[in-house]
Amino acid sequence: MTLDSDSDSDLEAQIAQWRAYTRRRRELHHTDTEELEDHLRSRITELVEAGLRTDEAFLIAVKRMGSLDELSREFAREHSERLWKQLVLPGEPDAPAAARTRRELPVMVVCAVVAALAIKVPGWFGFDLASDNDAGFYARNLSLFSLPALAAYFAWQRRVNARVVGVLAALFVLGAVAANVYPLADDSQSFVLTVIHLPLALWLVVGVAYVGGDWRSDRRRMDFIRFTGEWLIYLSLLGLGGGVLTAFTAGTFRAIGIDAEGFITLWLLPCGAMAAVVVSAWLVEAKQSVIENMAPVLTRVFTPLFAATLLAFLVAIVWTTNGIDVERDVLILFDLLLVVVLGLLLYAISARDLAARPGLFDRLQLALVVSALIIDVLVLLAITGRITEWGFSPNKTAALGENLVLLTNLAWSAWLFLSFVRGRTPFARLERWQTRYLAVYAGWAWIVVLAFPLVFDFA
Amino acid sequence: MHITKDLVAASATPLVLGILAEGESYGYAILKQVNELSGGQLEWTEGLLYPLLHRLERLGHVEAYWQTPAGGRRRKYYRITDQGRAEFAEQRRQWAAVVDTLRGVWDTARSVNPIAAPAWEAGR
Repeated sequence: MTLDSDSDSDLEAQIAQWRAYTRRRRELHHTDTEELEDHLRSRITELVEAGLRTDEAFLIAVKRMGSLDELSREFAREHSERLWKQLVLPGEPDAPAAARTRRELPVMVVCAVVAALAIKVPGWFGFDLASDNDAGFYARNLSLFSLPALAAYFAWQRRVNARVVGVLAALFVLGAVAANVYPLADDSQSFVLTVIHLPLALWLVVGVAYVGGDWRSDRRRMDFIRFTGEWLIYLSLLGLGGGVLTAFTAGTFRAIGIDAEGFITLWLLPCGAMAAVVVSAWLVEAKQSVIENMAPVLTRVFTPLFAATLLAFLVAIVWTTNGIDVERDVLILFDLLLVVVLGLLLYAISARDLAARPGLFDRLQLALVVSALIIDVLVLLAITGRITEWGFSPNKTAALGENLVLLTNLAWSAWLFLSFVRGRTPFARLERWQTRYLAVYAGWAWIVVLAFPLVFDFA
Repeated sequence: MHITKDLVAASATPLVLGILAEGESYGYAILKQVNELSGGQLEWTEGLLYPLLHRLERLGHVEAYWQTPAGGRRRKYYRITDQGRAEFAEQRRQWAAVVDTLRGVWDTARSVNPIAAPAWEAGR
């Protein structure tokens, strides 16, 4: 009976195709599709029993069900909430119930608790979270409380092998040594540089865990860049919520004559902040297929605005012939500007369809990058004369180094962008350039943390 | 004969509740039963039936559960709840009132004006 099994497999293929179409409808959930498929099959069975061939029966059954547009409109009327994408927590009946995804939530909670308690551990050894004397210790080590827990969560989730776990552990130990072994005074410049750069260096270590040890892969690196943007957004949202919680805690307890300030500064804020680092990472992971990435949306909004601002700034310089007033902090200001421009570039790249042809937005982006470059060159020209006058302090060197690192990135990006807009190179080269460049950031951050204190004699 | 959409929609809830009051059932069987009960007059679409079932489930009038018969595919069954039975009784009272009223109207209408073609259609 080859004929029968042939038509059976044909029918299965047709139903599978129909199922694929319904899956694309947000209004129809997985269970709805299953229910409708059962309906479809019942009708087909009946029609076949009435003497039709299976393919005819399939056509009639699908036709009687009506167009998917109409069907999903009816479903949407009852299930309007489905047009808002919701986070489905693993373990709910609708979610695919693999044992590992069900354990994800508890493991995340454990990691968050570990991060929250880690900041309390130094308290057992005589460090005081509230005193000014130990503020320096906590500032240096801030990233060492939460990021190892976050890396552990990803290491568990990605099932990384022992070698990668070893690398991760070694890098965190190295970070801890750099933060605590050098005799850095709390008011020294090197101290501030370590406080800023150690989190960056360790964040890229988290990236190694995030990509599951596969740090050579450009695709996985890009995922980590996407993750970083979303993570920042969720972290700030959690921060806002935490602020509201703190205000209510303080206010309500004050109303009954209890001063909750000690609890807030010693427990709620530090532990909450450390846990938020892990929780927002988990939120990004849990939500990544549910919700559109926010960072590229913000990029779309702010790229034209920043491009307009920078162009206006350039026009103002030319019009007024005012030079840039080179004060001490100006280099840092323009470093930050480059970081913002780079961020806008990165998150536009992260969301771009690699095969799409260059469009208006790409030209805007190019204008943004080029104007940022021109401004930065003007700043550097203005500043070179003064740098010998100031001498090479740690701050100046770091600011200048960062400027050069970012400038190199943006200059080459602008070049690649230009050839892309003119249709000479594929977009993927720009993406690859950015993902490869992550290694430079990591290298620079570690140099500042490890070598700068030695070079500048702990100044 | 074509029954208007409003009328189909209005009668859908009591019909489903009534069918489920007889015993648990699933989507396709309900659709077929409606078809048979109405002698083919009432044609429901899937777009009407399933969202309606889900609405009744949300309101708590019916409850749904998945069952896999031996050697068969997973299927979603619906069962009426006590609240659903109360709702069915309530709908029944309302519909009885509507039907009574309509019957009165049909009777008076027949005595006053036996069904005749309207004047403007007489010439056709």
